[in-house]
Amino acid sequence: MASQDVDLEIQLLLEAIFEKYQYDFRRYGRASMKRRLVRAAHRLGCRTLSALQERVLHEPTVFPQLLEDLTIQVSDLFRDPSYFRAVRERVVPVLATYPSVKLWIAGCATGEEVYSYAILLREEGLLERTIIYATDIHPPALAQAEAGVFALERMPAFSENYQRAGGKGSLSDHYVTGYGGAAFDRSLRARVVFADHSLATDEVFAEVQMVSCRNVLIYFDRGLQDRALRLFADALCPMGFLGLGARETVRFSAQAGRFTDFDRGERIYRRA
Amino acid sequence: MAEPRIVVIGGSAGAIETLLEILPALPPGYPLPVVVVVHLPAGQPSLLAEVLGTRSALPVVEAEDKARACPGTVYLAPPDYHLLLEGDGTLALSVDAPVHHSRPAIDPLLESAADAFADGVVAVVLSGASSDGAAGLAAVRRAGGLAIVQDPATASSPLMPEAALRAADPELVLSPAELRVHLAALGRTGVRR
Repeated sequence: MASQDVDLEIQLLLEAIFEKYQYDFRRYGRASMKRRLVRAAHRLGCRTLSALQERVLHEPTVFPQLLEDLTIQVSDLFRDPSYFRAVRERVVPVLATYPSVKLWIAGCATGEEVYSYAILLREEGLLERTIIYATDIHPPALAQAEAGVFALERMPAFSENYQRAGGKGSLSDHYVTGYGGAAFDRSLRARVVFADHSLATDEVFAEVQMVSCRNVLIYFDRGLQDRALRLFADALCPMGFLGLGARETVRFSAQAGRFTDFDRGERIYRRA
Repeated sequence: MAEPRIVVIGGSAGAIETLLEILPALPPGYPLPVVVVVHLPAGQPSLLAEVLGTRSALPVVEAEDKARACPGTVYLAPPDYHLLLEGDGTLALSVDAPVHHSRPAIDPLLESAADAFADGVVAVVLSGASSDGAAGLAAVRRAGGLAIVQDPATASSPLMPEAALRAADPELVLSPAELRVHLAALGRTGVRR
């Protein structure tokens, strides 16, 4: 099929999803979106994206499955250890000067970042006066994040990341194992508020000292990136911190002027 | 094929030595962007940009999300990210699941290049021990682009070029020395195929 026809099908399908389910994927980057949709169509046994659209509109069980394919994002604990080391060594000392700290983890998926921050903040003695807002558009992912159980076979890699990120003890201090899983200490999420929030359609809900949004903006087109960065700038207190993924930047955004570099290599910015 | 607008190259085991032969042949001011995926181990910074950069007349950089793919620059996929091209000629990264057990993978680059640049794509599959790149090269072919495969006899891991040969029936099967000549010639007007 000609690629223009597929583009049209993508546009119509995303419009249909938005009108029927209010999930707005219309301004996601098309290259990755197309791959995800084609994979989902294949998995659901649909020959074309138009066929997928028909099922999304008429079969109530199909959209949740599609949503899973469109949002699935697997991160690691302490992904990019040098980033978390920079947060620990350079950002936390500034955060510690506030009487209370609010951290917004936007696009938290299944919670790997949430537990990374909670462990780091606990070790730095800051967790008890921090509120972490962990938001995502995919309710099953939020539920999984809230459960805080990760497959045991992922732990060796997570432990190595934790050590390289400057961990003060052992990662196993923070979880118990059983039934093939590692369950993180429930007190780590006592200060976490899990919430359904869309960077595409929702607004700012709190003033925060730090936003962490890593490897989420890469899925957005430039217009939607601008919207998300506007929300972050609006949510951050003056001089508040923004942490992005290792290959993301505010540089190409219309919001670039609202941020200054804090740690250029680790993609940590401050609200200007 | 229409006027070439972009060169995309994918490789795995044994590809770096081929890239070290090819890239130095591209002259300063080369009129096309060159976008490269080489399978790399995740979890460590890559020295590939430095290694290739010191031998190349063109700047060699790791791709940044949303940056425009500019002529005369070599863009590398960063470790642990897929690299894709958007219809507006910008680069896009993703942390979607590995393809053929690899992230970055070659198929996402080649398939997205075919979508974005249609018959303006020149795609090359180099040495490697996987079947990544075969589906992507076939997509380039279907979109009217120019498909090139490193001659498996010259590849230290022939599996990947062989898979691409079977899947895409490419126009050209070239040794590294021939690749040098062909890719450099794309930069001169009037010399194509």
